[in-house]
Amino acid sequence: MQNDTIAAIATALGESAVNVIRVSGSDVFDIVGPLFKGPVLHSVPANTIHYGFIVDQDKPIDEVLVSVFKAPKSFTAEDTVEISCHGGPYIANRIISLLIAQGARQAERGEFTERAFLNGRIDLTQAESVLDMIEARSSLSLTLANKGLRGDIHQAVETLRDDLLNLIANIEVNIDYPEYDDVEMLNADLVQPKAQALLKTIQRILSRAEDGRIIRDGVKTAIIGRPNVGKSSLLNVLLKEDRAIVTNIHGTTRDTIEGTANIGGLSLHLIDTAGIRESQDIIEQIGIKRAKKVIEEAELILFVLNNNEPLTDDDRQLLTLTQNKKRIVIINKIDLESKIGVEFENSVAISALTKRGIDLLEKRIKAMFFSGEIDLDEYTYLSNTRQIGAMHAAAKALEDALLTAKSAMPLDMIAVDFKAAYDALGEIIGESSDTALLDTLFSKFCLGK
Amino acid sequence: MFDCIVIGGGHAGSEAALATAKLHKKTLLVTGNLELIASMPCNPSVGGPAKGIVVREIDALGGVMADIADATQIQMRLLNHSKGPAVRALRAQSDKLAYSKLMLDTLKAQANLTLKEAYVKSLQIDNGVVRGIVLEDGSKITAKTVILTTGTYLKSKVLIGDKAIDQGPDKQPPAKHLSGQLRDLGFDLKRLKTGTPPRIKRSSIDFSVTEPQPGDNAHRYFSHLPKTDYDLSKQAVCYLTHTTASTHQIIFDNLDRSSMYSGVIEGVGPRYCPSIEDKLVRFKDKPRHQIFLEPETLGTDDIYMQGFSTSMPEDVQIKMVRSVKGLENAEISKYAYAIEYDAIDPRQLWPTLETKHVRGLFSAGQINGTSGYEEAASQGLMAGINASRHIDGLSPIILKRDEAYIGVLIDDLVTKGVEDPYRLLTSRAEHRLLLRHDNADVRLMKLGHEVGLLAQDKYSQSIKRRKYVDQVKTKLESIVLTPNKVTNALVASIPTAPIKDKTTLAQLIKRPDVSSRVLPLFEKDMSVVDEVYEQVDIEIQYEGYIEKARVKADKLNRLEHVAIPDDIEYDAMHNLANEAKEKLKKIRPMTVGQAARISGVNPSDIAVLSVHLKRRTSQ
Repeated sequence: MQNDTIAAIATALGESAVNVIRVSGSDVFDIVGPLFKGPVLHSVPANTIHYGFIVDQDKPIDEVLVSVFKAPKSFTAEDTVEISCHGGPYIANRIISLLIAQGARQAERGEFTERAFLNGRIDLTQAESVLDMIEARSSLSLTLANKGLRGDIHQAVETLRDDLLNLIANIEVNIDYPEYDDVEMLNADLVQPKAQALLKTIQRILSRAEDGRIIRDGVKTAIIGRPNVGKSSLLNVLLKEDRAIVTNIHGTTRDTIEGTANIGGLSLHLIDTAGIRESQDIIEQIGIKRAKKVIEEAELILFVLNNNEPLTDDDRQLLTLTQNKKRIVIINKIDLESKIGVEFENSVAISALTKRGIDLLEKRIKAMFFSGEIDLDEYTYLSNTRQIGAMHAAAKALEDALLTAKSAMPLDMIAVDFKAAYDALGEIIGESSDTALLDTLFSKFCLGK
Repeated sequence: MFDCIVIGGGHAGSEAALATAKLHKKTLLVTGNLELIASMPCNPSVGGPAKGIVVREIDALGGVMADIADATQIQMRLLNHSKGPAVRALRAQSDKLAYSKLMLDTLKAQANLTLKEAYVKSLQIDNGVVRGIVLEDGSKITAKTVILTTGTYLKSKVLIGDKAIDQGPDKQPPAKHLSGQLRDLGFDLKRLKTGTPPRIKRSSIDFSVTEPQPGDNAHRYFSHLPKTDYDLSKQAVCYLTHTTASTHQIIFDNLDRSSMYSGVIEGVGPRYCPSIEDKLVRFKDKPRHQIFLEPETLGTDDIYMQGFSTSMPEDVQIKMVRSVKGLENAEISKYAYAIEYDAIDPRQLWPTLETKHVRGLFSAGQINGTSGYEEAASQGLMAGINASRHIDGLSPIILKRDEAYIGVLIDDLVTKGVEDPYRLLTSRAEHRLLLRHDNADVRLMKLGHEVGLLAQDKYSQSIKRRKYVDQVKTKLESIVLTPNKVTNALVASIPTAPIKDKTTLAQLIKRPDVSSRVLPLFEKDMSVVDEVYEQVDIEIQYEGYIEKARVKADKLNRLEHVAIPDDIEYDAMHNLANEAKEKLKKIRPMTVGQAARISGVNPSDIAVLSVHLKRRTSQ
């Protein structure tokens, strides 16, 4: 317990330029290592800083500086890594989620300090104040598990756990009562569809959690198009006074955010594409590389075309570049004669000048990110990264279970993964597995031998 | 003056007395009837899932159950073979008379051990320290330690229908005296219940309508170094039959006459082994229930009706029995009964099985709230080892949860207590992948050897086997197969799919259809015994999973190393939740790890405790 690896954002959450994520514990290098593209953390000397990228399965998430401290010379007196990433909640939370998926635990309040004390790093005279902190924590911990967890998601997790428990109990009965013939004798083939169904539910919850995250963190949006197709006008329409926060926030990405447009509860962080806008020939002057980078960054591409001109080679090139992204093709200038002569999937016709079609565009944007109507209240669930991390861990365990089942491993091995999934789900709602399995075993099955 | 007195001669008492005597302690075993040493008042079998592994562990530590079960087996099966290496377990049908006789002979032959038929009236206790015992005739015997292994005899009551007789199993007199004294000493006692099915005369059963359940056609033994060579042709057969609609009707019609439902029984029965009337009431929709017919001995005619325990009166029992397929003309040689007895709340024990109330007093077996011969024997062994070490002033032996099922069992008992009679299940072991039948020797023999109980030949044999396992593994790693015609012809002969890339033989063995037994195909001079191949297969094929389990166990183990001193004052820790405080004061866990497993003690309480302990050591 004292040495497991914990992680938390060490800087105050808010619109700062830089966030520091502190990760401490005996497995810290094993946990951060696979996420860091840069020098091998295991082998770098203590008290050094390294440049590199935080990656999610080779996909870069952020450009960071990583400070490496080795036990006992760190704040907690344990091996510690501090990741300095770009500011704003999105990147930092994303990195925390990755760390949790790698096996770290979200640090509780005061836990770094507690460790510093337990490891003899802090003077004993401070012990009382540490105890106070822990006391605050214990009353907190009572509500922690349920905080931010709404009834419906709680119910969904409970149902998942019940299903999983029944599956585990069935396997356990097969094992502990091998001659008992009233219960289905499971095997790798029989458990696969059951595991598949559970995994699907978890993935659905995760995608809804993603909705929640999007509502909280917003969507990074890039307006892309040739010069003079009306990108600036569109930006201005979207950022109209009454609903836009027009400040230069060095926030959620390392690119400057031009501003944030609020579309019925959904925040669009508009990435500054000034360079592209002002250039006369983006392909030559800015280079394909820069365009690619902006496109890569964005979660939503608003691709603007001029209704009044035929499609050009530059248009086609940019269309190809953005074809795998979430994209809306905007046919601007419908107040002028149509010369474009091509139709597109997921396109909206507007006039940024007369604001015709803007309401349609807004509806389309919302529809792309949310499956149904957005009830802001409903999306507060699974809002914290700890819960999302645990849910990811449950999904991972079920994927492992399926892999185990497919490789013709015996039931007992599959049970290992099922139990891991069950425990991960338990973490979300703050319940342990302690006696539940045996209770299920004995209440569900009529055992004799 | 004895070093150790063991009260009770069941499976716990026998192992306990043998352990202390072998460790050169002058030992006295007192029991009501020497004819019933290590008797099997319920099912005539040893082992099964989890329990079979316990028998292997007993063997690895130097106990005798494995050898005796091997020598007296009349059928042996390896269960769960396809369900994974960790859950495979042996189960023997035993000749219960032969088992009992061989155990008695073993006890008689043991140096330093005296056997005595008598009933104990009380314990001699002086200032919270045990000094010996007083027998019913008033004679006093002194000893440094006493081990209670009274089984189901404490104030036992046999229940058949509305009859309740003060009696132990097999019509033996109960142990009337000790309960009162234990209560006076401050022990909390619980009333538990168990039951046994009727025995049927073999000649009265029509086996032709039942399903035969033969043993495995293979030599299998619990022992790591079997001394006997069992004649497979002499294996007895068990039979499977089922209850019928008419059985269920008879039971429902007479439910009010069962002790269970007429209010005669106060004790809590085992959840894992309910009586047939319990099964019917709880699972009304099941059209039929399994009944296994198992021979009790080769020498007598009694057949045990596994799955049919009941507390119905005799006249109902005979009707019930005769409604079962194949038993239409059955004659009952012994009626079923339920039995109630006193047990102590095991949370009043240290993990050494010494009681917290009285120093030098240990307890083991059903008195601690467990059920099963294997659970009893293993506790007896551990109580014997720890009583002996107590006398010698040596540190106690406490097995961890990732070391042995015995560790899981004792930790569960002393940390969580019991509601109903406790039976070991594989699902109770969170590290069961590490607690396998095949590696009991690797896990425990070094310890058994150091303690001084394990026979040298068994230990040497295990070390030799381990050496072969390592050699074979190294060899498999070193043989590199290149995908060519010659090699793939060999590969195809295994048979398995041809290889496409260069691969080591160890890699090939990871395929589910390949075993290390193919080694001689590629290395003509190398061949080892089956057991070694089996071990190698398990270690290679499940390597990833075993490694995962090891990591998890090591993580949990960190807290096991943080000791809680005896004089800790929980009342002084203001931040502890009240429930946690009460539980901790009662159970007095020895490590932070144990504390964390107590229900009602939350992670935040553990944090407070950890801070407190750290501060103590720094001062």
